Amino acid sequence: MNTETLTVRFFARLREELDTESLEMAASPDLTTGDILAELAARGGPWAQLQGDQPVMIAVNQAMAKPSTPVKAGDEVAFFPPVTGG
Amino acid sequence: MITVQTDDFDPAAEYQALRDSGAGTGAIATFTGLVRDSGDLQGVTGLYLEHYPGMTEQVIQGLIDQASQRWDVRKARVIHRVGRLDLCDQIVFVGVCSAHRGDAFAACEFIMDALKTSAPFWKKEITGNTEHWVEQKASDRDRSEAWD
Repeated sequence: MNTETLTVRFFARLREELDTESLEMAASPDLTTGDILAELAARGGPWAQLQGDQPVMIAVNQAMAKPSTPVKAGDEVAFFPPVTGG
Repeated sequence: MITVQTDDFDPAAEYQALRDSGAGTGAIATFTGLVRDSGDLQGVTGLYLEHYPGMTEQVIQGLIDQASQRWDVRKARVIHRVGRLDLCDQIVFVGVCSAHRGDAFAACEFIMDALKTSAPFWKKEITGNTEHWVEQKASDRDRSEAWD
């Protein structure tokens, strides 16, 4: 992590299907978690599910967030399926 | 106190620790969740549990804080296991001390219901030769929303 990028993490089914635990992305001005989802979904293949029919939960800096939540350099964004603990 | 761990836990020891919460405590409610043989799939032989370290503990602490605002909570204890679990293994423990039973029951049930739909844990069911990430259930969402 540096001052120009943010970290994106994936968990559970998404982590497996994307074959990715985490990645770094450039943190452009006025970026939201929804923008990140759209950019990643445009990669196609399994990534398209980030904007598919199945719900994707979002956290920013380990707190629940929405697609409209703004993000900046240094933030930790996470995408994951609905939780199933307990 | 909140613990996320791979190791098993001892509910009797946890209960004894909850008793040490002062003479004002008149009730202790505890819940223990176990690995069952049927979930989304039949013939489940085990589970794999993943979590989001750090966020998990923050979310559960938030639930304990919410419970403490709504009910008399003298002490609360949550343990959740992660990693590979076998059939009949213990998964989760919630214990709450209150002055009266109503508060103890309600706070314990609230923490457990809300944990299921808000704490970042994910279960994968394992049968003989297949694995399946469990889908969140509408009935669990309903139970959690009923506390709103």
